[in-house]
Amino acid sequence: MVDSKQQWKAWLYLLPAIVLLLVFTVWPIINTVRMAFMEGYNGLAIVGGASFKFGIGNFTKVISFTSFKTSLYNTMLLCVLTVPISTFLALLIAVALNSIKVFKKTLQTIFFLPYVTNSIAIGMVFAAMFNIVGNMGTDGHDIIITAGIINNFIQLFGGEPINWINAGSSYWANMTVMVVYIVWNALPFKILVLLGGLQSVNKQYYDAAKVDGTPKSRVFTRITVPLLSPMLAYVIITGFIGGFKEYSSIVGIFGEDMGPAGAPRRLNTIVGYIYDALPKMNYGQASAAALILFAIIFVVTMINLQISKKRVHY
Amino acid sequence: MKVVLQNLTKVFPNRDKKAGNDVVAVSDFNLEIPDGKLIGLLGPSGCGKSTTLYMISGLQKPTGGRIFFGDDDVTEISTENRGIGLVFQNYALYPHMTVLQNILFPLQNLKGADKLSKADMLERAHEAAKLVQIDELMERKPSELSGGQQQRVAIARALVKMPRVLLLDEPLSNLDARLRLQTREEIRRIQKETGITTVFVTHDQEEAMSISDMIVVMKLGVVQQTGKPQDVYDDPVNLFVAKFLGTPPINVLAGKVEGGKVYIGDEAVLEISGVEDREVYIGIRPEGFELDDNGPLSCELSNVEVMGRDVSVVSKNPASVNPVIRSIIDADNKVDLSAGVVKYRVKPHKFFLFDRETEERIRYEVK
Ligand SMILES: Nc1ncnc2c1ncn2[C@@H]1O[C@H](COP(=O)(O)OP(=O)(O)OP(=O)(O)O)[C@@H](O)[C@H]1O
Ligand SMILES: [Mg+2]
Repeated sequence: MVDSKQQWKAWLYLLPAIVLLLVFTVWPIINTVRMAFMEGYNGLAIVGGASFKFGIGNFTKVISFTSFKTSLYNTMLLCVLTVPISTFLALLIAVALNSIKVFKKTLQTIFFLPYVTNSIAIGMVFAAMFNIVGNMGTDGHDIIITAGIINNFIQLFGGEPINWINAGSSYWANMTVMVVYIVWNALPFKILVLLGGLQSVNKQYYDAAKVDGTPKSRVFTRITVPLLSPMLAYVIITGFIGGFKEYSSIVGIFGEDMGPAGAPRRLNTIVGYIYDALPKMNYGQASAAALILFAIIFVVTMINLQISKKRVHY
Repeated sequence: MKVVLQNLTKVFPNRDKKAGNDVVAVSDFNLEIPDGKLIGLLGPSGCGKSTTLYMISGLQKPTGGRIFFGDDDVTEISTENRGIGLVFQNYALYPHMTVLQNILFPLQNLKGADKLSKADMLERAHEAAKLVQIDELMERKPSELSGGQQQRVAIARALVKMPRVLLLDEPLSNLDARLRLQTREEIRRIQKETGITTVFVTHDQEEAMSISDMIVVMKLGVVQQTGKPQDVYDDPVNLFVAKFLGTPPINVLAGKVEGGKVYIGDEAVLEISGVEDREVYIGIRPEGFELDDNGPLSCELSNVEVMGRDVSVVSKNPASVNPVIRSIIDADNKVDLSAGVVKYRVKPHKFFLFDRETEERIRYEVK
């Protein structure tokens, strides 16, 4: 315990951080809750002296909007698809990386590159890869020219080019692109964590497994995965939290319209919905949506923690 | 299963390639372990015991030499297919499995004709657990066990599949004295009952001597001597082996051979033949002294420790390499502490000569 006479010094040192936190973190949180419960709050009318009715009107309104339901559905779908896929792939890649000797460092660097690259920039590259340069039907002929490398590949193997992201594309084509992109973007961090976990696993467990005559597949399921379970729980939980906050990846590929040309907002997410509400002065509704998002993340994380308590082995 | 090691060698390359001095952990190891015997591999820390064991297990690839199980050359066969049991120096129990799951694990890996039913597996696991007295702890995780309990789980896990060869790397190092004694008797009993050829690594010479059919003494990767424990004790080939075996340890004194007599200082303690005049080290086992008022060797008496049946006489001699000379004599002999000097006769078969430089044994005949 610090000498009580010295305590004011400790507080003095903490003061700048505390002030900043109060102004930029604590107050906005409190204010968000306050705004969420003031019906129809738009940040302006208070000047006129009228006071906003206190209630849950913002929440009921938000929930009733189709645009919000779409956002919620998109967000959930992306989470449910990308978190398991990226975790599984990251696990396989981490185990593979850990078991090779040559080119290990080089490959590690390659897998880590997406992590240090701007996600909007990567989004634009992906958009180009999945692109199909529209129909050039100016003189009556419908000539479809593909320019994206993915469609080039599909054609190379004799397939029909797919309209992934352009005008007239289907919802599931869009979703596929998003899932591929988000998974690819999520891999480096997960690989890094899992590889770190693998490298800290005592090699003797593997020696013991060899002595016990364990086949490779069983070593993976009965030794590697359980020993990695704390790291797996960590990447899954953070994966879900990140997934519920998905926004910039969609902007990266579809732009701020959050959907292909002709179908804006089709791929909107909850965070996207909140951003949309702000310029329209719907502060009350935006706050309500933010609190709903918070509640969802909170519940999902609690469920994850409960499951991992049973599954994380030590 | 007979196990044969032929010119077994293991060199660890130095990390710094330019510095060059590779570590020779095991050098040209030759040994034939007869079927069903227990071999004690003995030596100070870092002498290559674990490395030898890992090569027999297949976890480490020898740099040179061959390993045979029976008539099969297993040098190139992977660990999984060698059918061995191994107790690691630090147990390596699977931390996420209970004791029962740990013991069951090797059985669950059996395939083909060896495959067991669930009930059989459980029965075998409980049998193995009973053998090492951990059947009360089956539902615990390794982190909830004491060091000694973990060690016993490791032994049960190695035994449960009835391996062709059992390898134990200091399996008793964490047990208390009583349990140690008990467990080593258990290991010996189990080994005799099952007839599994066993290699037992330890740096405790007493442990090795008490349960082994044969001991191998190593130093810096080189085998010094191989033989029945008593034979090696009674007839060491060099000073290292003589010093390594026996508690209390052998007394070493500097001396010389001159004109058919062995001198300690200027006292001629033994008449011998067959050795020319030279400087020597003299090794005398503690039980190699006899009190004799007219004895040729006189030492300055410092202490007498009574140990029941025997007494241990602590004395000093300027020629001694160790600070004190310790002899063990029958308690019937009365030692007069006030005399200040004690006189000894030596027993020739407990009295060894070694070369000053090479420390190799010099054989002689008693006149
Ligand atoms: N992986 C390795 N790389 C380099 N040197 C090693 C390696 N493993 C062991 N050694 C060296 O080989 C020698 C023999 O080691 P080993 O583990 O066999 O000794 P040990 O007799 O089992 O000793 P202890 O009684 O302390 O367990 C030591 O000098 C050690 O430093
Ligand atoms: Mg060792």
